[in-house]
Amino acid sequence: MSGPAVIRNGGKLPLSQIPVLTVSDFRRDILDSVSKGARISALFGSPTGENIRLIAVLAWRDTGSISVLSAPVQKSYPALTPDCPQAHLFEREIFEQWHVMPEGHPWLKPVRFPDSEKTSDMGVTNFFQIEGEEIHEVAVGPVHAGIIEPGHFRFQCHGETVHHLEISLGYQHRGVERSLVNGPNSKSLHFIETLAGDTTVGHATAFSRIVESLAGIRAPARAQVIRGIALELERMANHIGDLGALAGDIGYLPTMSYCGRIRGDLLNLTAMLCGNRFGRRLVVPGGVGYDIDSENADKIAARLKSAFRDAESAIGLLWETPSVLARFENTGALSRETAVKIGLVGVAARACGLQRDVRSDFPYGIFLLSHIPAATWESGDVFARAFVRWQELQRSYKFILEQLAALPDGAVRAGENPPIASGHLAVALVEGWRGEICHVAITNNEGRFLTCKVVDPSFHNWFGLALALRGQQISDFPLCNKSFNLSYCGHDL
Amino acid sequence: MLKVSKVRLQQGYRTMKWPDGPAPEMPPHFTGRPVISGDCCNGCGDCAKVCPTGAIAVADGKISLDTGLCIFCGKCEKACSKDAIKFGNDFRLASAKREDLVVQPGNDMTPNAYSEAIHKLFGRSLKLRQVSAGGCNACEADTNVLGTLAWDLGRFGIQFVASPRHADGILVTGPVSKNMELALKKTYEAVPAPKIVIAVGACAVSGGIYCGQKETHKGVPEIIPVDLFVPGCPPHPATILDGLLRLLRK
Repeated sequence: MSGPAVIRNGGKLPLSQIPVLTVSDFRRDILDSVSKGARISALFGSPTGENIRLIAVLAWRDTGSISVLSAPVQKSYPALTPDCPQAHLFEREIFEQWHVMPEGHPWLKPVRFPDSEKTSDMGVTNFFQIEGEEIHEVAVGPVHAGIIEPGHFRFQCHGETVHHLEISLGYQHRGVERSLVNGPNSKSLHFIETLAGDTTVGHATAFSRIVESLAGIRAPARAQVIRGIALELERMANHIGDLGALAGDIGYLPTMSYCGRIRGDLLNLTAMLCGNRFGRRLVVPGGVGYDIDSENADKIAARLKSAFRDAESAIGLLWETPSVLARFENTGALSRETAVKIGLVGVAARACGLQRDVRSDFPYGIFLLSHIPAATWESGDVFARAFVRWQELQRSYKFILEQLAALPDGAVRAGENPPIASGHLAVALVEGWRGEICHVAITNNEGRFLTCKVVDPSFHNWFGLALALRGQQISDFPLCNKSFNLSYCGHDL
Repeated sequence: MLKVSKVRLQQGYRTMKWPDGPAPEMPPHFTGRPVISGDCCNGCGDCAKVCPTGAIAVADGKISLDTGLCIFCGKCEKACSKDAIKFGNDFRLASAKREDLVVQPGNDMTPNAYSEAIHKLFGRSLKLRQVSAGGCNACEADTNVLGTLAWDLGRFGIQFVASPRHADGILVTGPVSKNMELALKKTYEAVPAPKIVIAVGACAVSGGIYCGQKETHKGVPEIIPVDLFVPGCPPHPATILDGLLRLLRK
């Protein structure tokens, strides 16, 4: 067989159609594809009898297609990372999960410390160190000063200048991927909903689309629209919260205070869809759990308009205040070239001028019919990441109002879910508020999940934060960190 | 400066009146405290079969639902052909005792959360350190929101602080991942005694959907003693605030 198997976002294919290459062809094919503009959406191991099969899922934005290729490996294979940095965390994960050694990987460190039964070993790794006169090391975490998730940060500093930041995670590891194996079952969707709780709608949508694809069903049009509304409400709530928190990190209190409250208003709108502020119970395989009646739709639209008016004035202050701009501009900048190399996604990528957005590159559901243009900015700094969020807020707002006013008729559930296909692979991409969410499922001969790979956008982007800190002041860390606002549990799974 | 003042006027005064005024309105489809009716249950056990966390037990035709394990997904309510389980609008779920979280027919009382000893120590000022130990960032977010001007936690003398040394207790979210066990213990030990522990969310109370995972514990009580249990997945901010206030009897 020649060439990789190609599917669309939300498509499936029989395992027999996935090319099985030698490791060297597999490697060459990935490097070749990446040089031609493809991006690694997922790279992982899946068990086949005694061996492990490496599977690569590559996203091609120019054609909107997804290619899948595989290669059996035994104890080791030549690492991709030295030639393709965006593979680095995937290869560390492959080593940690399957003990397959990517030979030549420059920093083969733990990703999640999955087997740290002895807790004293948790977080212990050979941190990169700089030596020299007046060089000092600052260690932060796992427990942080605010109400946020745990992670460990190691800074190598000379005076106030950070020369290197190493981020060591895994504290939130709960075994989500392992627990999805042999599913789907009554717990699967709840693991997905709580995999990164602030992205409940995004992950539940990706997972539901995987199950629908494998079961050969389609969520009705009305459900697709409700999913789209919920996804954009989730984006708006988080973006507003982030802009407020960015203002807080530089001591600009008006925007911080207002946005904290307005974020709550947006969460309450999601609660009006399903009773839960994070969208639990809303997106389910086959459709959505709750319909919106016209009275409720009108109420949501009215409250959204009022919340957006408040957001507009609160956030508008940021762009008119010189002291805010002075702190945002040229802080934590990443170049476009770096962003491409390390495979950034979402807001962080678009803030480096990259047109990367699942909604426009790999459209599905309502986004096939109603386009939300990708918002970009060129400067790659905290300002860009803030300003892209503001542009996206305006576009999501417009989209939600349009959709609420034009809900298609019909059911919101496709009926009972038939069993899922055996011996298949399915891929679903969703543009969550942080960026590309990728779910890949492989089913065994009994129609159960053999492997369920979940890639939260944070998995791609944590390294971007580490690079953004280089040459910055250590006091800029909170600001840079918030401008990425990545998920710990979405990474740790 | 003029613009800042103009925006300030536009944003208005937005701190809610509750608990002195009316409580915030819960949304449609909200799943609050479940009410179980004993008369119509035929003991079929359909509710227990669909429960993803094993929060329901049916014995002798009597349902008991552990709101500490419950993730309020509402599947049992839908599965019951006799309408024996109904999730109501009551967001007051927190309890000082773990066993009081179990709801049975005829028992629709708000569980007691008050502790006289804690009231005496911290009734006027309570400083908390937050530890997320495997939380999904939903409980964290709805705890964080209490600090915004809408809820204004500070008006009750309750505040989140940046060091355990400054704290009177810790508020924990998540099932306690094995990888956070040591950090949680160390944080607890770093808080000067007397100190309290508050477990927020199904995961922290019992492990929730992660109960039985080999990567996690079954909630905070497995590691350190808990003084207040706040159920929910995640609990509504009103549920968390209500729990804190009833603990201190403000």
